[in-house]
Amino acid sequence: MQGITIDHLLFIFKGAGWTIVLSALGFIGGALLGLPVALVRSSRNPWLARGTGFFVQLVQGIPLPVIMFVVYFGISIAGFDLPALVAAGLALTAYAGAYLGEIWKGCIQAVPRTQWEAAQCLALTPAQTAFHVILPQAGRIAIPPTVGFLVQIVKNSSYAVVIGFFDLTYSSRVVNNSTFEPFIVFTIAALIYFAMCYPLSRLAARLESKYQKR
Amino acid sequence: MDYQFDFSFLATSWGDILAGVWLTIRMSVLSIALGFAAGAAFAVTRVYGRPWARRTVAWYVDLIRNTPLVIQAFWLFFGLAALHIRVPALTAAVFALVINVAAYTTEIIRAGIESIPKGQLEAAECLGLKRWRVIWHVILPQAVEKMYPSLISQFVLMMLATSIMSQISAEELTAIGYRIQSETFRGFEIYIVIAVVYLVLSWLLRLIMEQGARLAFPRRRRLSGQE
Repeated sequence: MQGITIDHLLFIFKGAGWTIVLSALGFIGGALLGLPVALVRSSRNPWLARGTGFFVQLVQGIPLPVIMFVVYFGISIAGFDLPALVAAGLALTAYAGAYLGEIWKGCIQAVPRTQWEAAQCLALTPAQTAFHVILPQAGRIAIPPTVGFLVQIVKNSSYAVVIGFFDLTYSSRVVNNSTFEPFIVFTIAALIYFAMCYPLSRLAARLESKYQKR
Repeated sequence: MDYQFDFSFLATSWGDILAGVWLTIRMSVLSIALGFAAGAAFAVTRVYGRPWARRTVAWYVDLIRNTPLVIQAFWLFFGLAALHIRVPALTAAVFALVINVAAYTTEIIRAGIESIPKGQLEAAECLGLKRWRVIWHVILPQAVEKMYPSLISQFVLMMLATSIMSQISAEELTAIGYRIQSETFRGFEIYIVIAVVYLVLSWLLRLIMEQGARLAFPRRRRLSGQE
């Protein structure tokens, strides 16, 4: 390591901090958006279900970097001057919301029909059925795939580099540009990403096998 | 909001956009074909290979699936430059995409292989087929037939991921968008157009691959092992 100093390392780690911030924002926003999407997607109203289905297909058919650009330029022509974190956070929210909505819809549908029927026999309202009967059961099913999707969020937060957001990808590229030690710099960056994602991947796999045994 | 939308740049730059689409398509088709072949080979190694080979493939899959594509592409692209190896951006991009998508393909096909009942293997061996013939004629076709919906989704995701190759100066669709944006300052409009183009591309790709799968697996049989 000739060209890399402690300052370079600290700079890379600062970027890693912002990767965590952006991923957390994306996950929280995605969860807030994904839950209504999942509920509406599995509702009986065909218009609502189709509308959210269209949203999901839209997000899943456009690359995240392009979504980042659309949000970034959209905010600026709407007359706001906001940091790139907001644009990246919003884009990641839309992305995570669509995918989590799909994942959670599957979990809601995995709850046996008889549960709905039993709740109806007990004269529960649809809202009571959803919140007291279906969601608690769907929530248990949802934990492994949701943890697994966290890995996708952390990895895909790296796409915010296209709009110049200062994250781990950005900081490591800056350090590479000044030191020109790509193998060292990007290996360090990859190891940091790996250290964030691998435990989540293992946890998701473990939760899944635990759930399947039951 | 008194913003005037202006799509007039389309009149002059539609040719550039088409060139970008063409590069995106070439990059995707190459990476899907090579990534599928490599993934199938790795999956077979992962299940039937020697212990050290299995472990190596498992490590490779974990490493690739837990790091972002952008970092992998930077590692490769800037790394090659540091070694003074000059390759066109397209070659570097395809290389990075193949390494990436092969890891996901490996996992998908491995799951397919492992879901095939042992009886199939035993039956094939009873017929006196050699090991590699069993894998080629009995195991792999069934594994792919079983997993093709997941494979198609993965390949569509990979086509979308080609957009990040604009960061290593491959002149594909997203990079073209950025250039037009910097010339016309119509960032919002151009990326709306680009987004629509990607939507159409992903629908077309899915359609073509689904039709291809229908041709390749005409018998809509229920595969043994489940139910």
